[in-house]
Amino acid sequence: MHEIDLTKTPLREVNQRLQTLPPDTNERVWKLTNLHGEHACAVGLTQPIEVHIDGHIGYYCAGMNQEATVVIHGQCGIGVAENMMSGEVRVKGNASSAAGATAQGGLLVIEGDAGTRCGISMKGVDIVVKGSVGAMSAFMAQSGSLVVCGDAGSSLGDSIYEARLYVQGKVESLGSDCIEKKMTPHHLAKLERLLKSAGIDADPRNFKRYGSARRLYNFHVDNVDSY
Amino acid sequence: MSASNTPFYTPPRFSATFDQHAIAEIHRAAATGIYDIRGGGTKRRVPHFDDLLFLGASISRYPLEGYREKCGTNVVLGTRFAKKPIELKIPVTIAGMSFGALSGPAKEALGRGASKMGTSTTTGDGGMTPEERGQSSILVYQYLPSRYGMNPNDLRKADAIEVVVGQGAKPGGGGMLLGQKISDRVAKMRNLPKGIDQRSACRHPDWTGPDDLTIKIQELREITNWEKPIYVKVGATRPYFDTALAVKSGADVVVLDGMQGGTAATQEVFIEHVGLPILAAIRPAVKALQDLDMHRKVQLIVSGGIRNGADVAKALALGADAVAIGTAALIALGDNDPHWEAEYQKLGTTAGAYDDWHEGRDPAGITTQDPELAARLDPVKAGRRLANYLAVMTMEAQIIARACGKSHLHNLEPEDLVALTVESAAMAGVPLAGTSWIPGQGGY
Repeated sequence: MHEIDLTKTPLREVNQRLQTLPPDTNERVWKLTNLHGEHACAVGLTQPIEVHIDGHIGYYCAGMNQEATVVIHGQCGIGVAENMMSGEVRVKGNASSAAGATAQGGLLVIEGDAGTRCGISMKGVDIVVKGSVGAMSAFMAQSGSLVVCGDAGSSLGDSIYEARLYVQGKVESLGSDCIEKKMTPHHLAKLERLLKSAGIDADPRNFKRYGSARRLYNFHVDNVDSY
Repeated sequence: MSASNTPFYTPPRFSATFDQHAIAEIHRAAATGIYDIRGGGTKRRVPHFDDLLFLGASISRYPLEGYREKCGTNVVLGTRFAKKPIELKIPVTIAGMSFGALSGPAKEALGRGASKMGTSTTTGDGGMTPEERGQSSILVYQYLPSRYGMNPNDLRKADAIEVVVGQGAKPGGGGMLLGQKISDRVAKMRNLPKGIDQRSACRHPDWTGPDDLTIKIQELREITNWEKPIYVKVGATRPYFDTALAVKSGADVVVLDGMQGGTAATQEVFIEHVGLPILAAIRPAVKALQDLDMHRKVQLIVSGGIRNGADVAKALALGADAVAIGTAALIALGDNDPHWEAEYQKLGTTAGAYDDWHEGRDPAGITTQDPELAARLDPVKAGRRLANYLAVMTMEAQIIARACGKSHLHNLEPEDLVALTVESAAMAGVPLAGTSWIPGQGGY
């Protein structure tokens, strides 16, 4: 394992080093220490390396990740794994707002709670939250899955498109055009796979599924109260 | 009033308030229960560059010889932080327009025309297409609230990144691409089902306010090795503060879009009633840059209703570093061409007035995803038309600059201008013609 102390090496150099590793690199496991809440850490990675962030971290950690596995051993700020394309990001602590925003692929696991707007505009990512998520989570969520083992805050899935939401606890309220949907064996199997890949021990049968009623897909004046 | 037994006749009198358009809109709203959606920018007359005049040389100012003496037109963008600033040969860029709103061949044509003239094109909502990247020597990648089609590989392929906060046609509003324009390809790029209305968000999902934007820009720079100029685009609303905050957030370039700037589809009421004409926005933006000692260090691109070289010269004289054109570029490609008049008539409109760009039935094959209509536009020929037009605009701006004694378009200055109306004098901060009065700058 290669260890970099951020009090000795500036973030710019650290990111550049991780971003420019060749595909055949054998330097596959990295540990970053003394980060003190740096922003934009381990962003834009493109190789299947493993980066361990030792402590709390600021905004946009692991943003636009491709292929890499980033593990945050602490809490993280806004927009963790935003626009992730592939790979895996795991937050051992809590995540702030907009976790996994617009992410298109890969797996985001939050072992603590996530703040508001978790999975906002998500576009294919799978997000598994062991704790609860805040208000307006999965707002305008397009595709992918959001699994919440705890509770969901108000207006879950507001203006949702085709993303699938699974919540084990209680949902404070559903947003516009988001409804509870039938949990079919297909969905149960998918949920089981998601929980397993996230390493979370929970029974899929205790979850409820939510998704789009598809009533607002094409504008109609009679739906104006919903907007 | 009429009285058949008197020699007097009062002809029908239309109301200036309830004019034909207002009456038609009330009838339409009553019949359909829905507001009007259209493309383009504001259609009503607002104070604009036409209200300004250049003074030209005189005894106190020495002109340059039109066909002999050099008048520079180049502009370098991104000199503040970017390791690789971009240099444009002309200060006229192509504004962001999406694949989705426009056809693939139309995007290609924009790239061809701009590249021929050494200037940049810009992507739009929906991401970057290979046609566009392939044909654009300098391509600006828009980073939009919806993040449709946004991916880091394209980000790295771009020559500059434009963080879009808003646009002149609808500051504070998101985009809309109606279901009829969502082809398989558009749907796939945006990761949404075919045929549904696509609402582009009005706010970015992962930042709010200038402090967050600072960090977002830092992230974009970290992902692209601090190479690419980062623009921040705002609709003209509070140009002094927005410009100052964009600078504070770390922008290399500020893009300011007035209410004449076009959109692919927005409510008419939004287009016509929200935001400022570009004329009113340039001086406050320039003042913000000057107050921060950033004028010419952070470059200013302005857009919204730029049509000819005189508009370019006036925008630059007021302090902009470059302009962007959208609607004018589409017209150069062939939008609203009278050649298609019969088809415009079938759509209930006429060449010159067609603005239902959101419906995807553009006879000129530009604002459409219909393969048959799109095939009408030859991207090579249309690109050539755009290049010709850009060349003409540049030469026109040079003609004016030389007449004012300037060896570079950037040497034009407010002192070269006067205004024809009190309003435009106040907005542009130049004297009313024939007076030394600049309304709004103290005194009466």
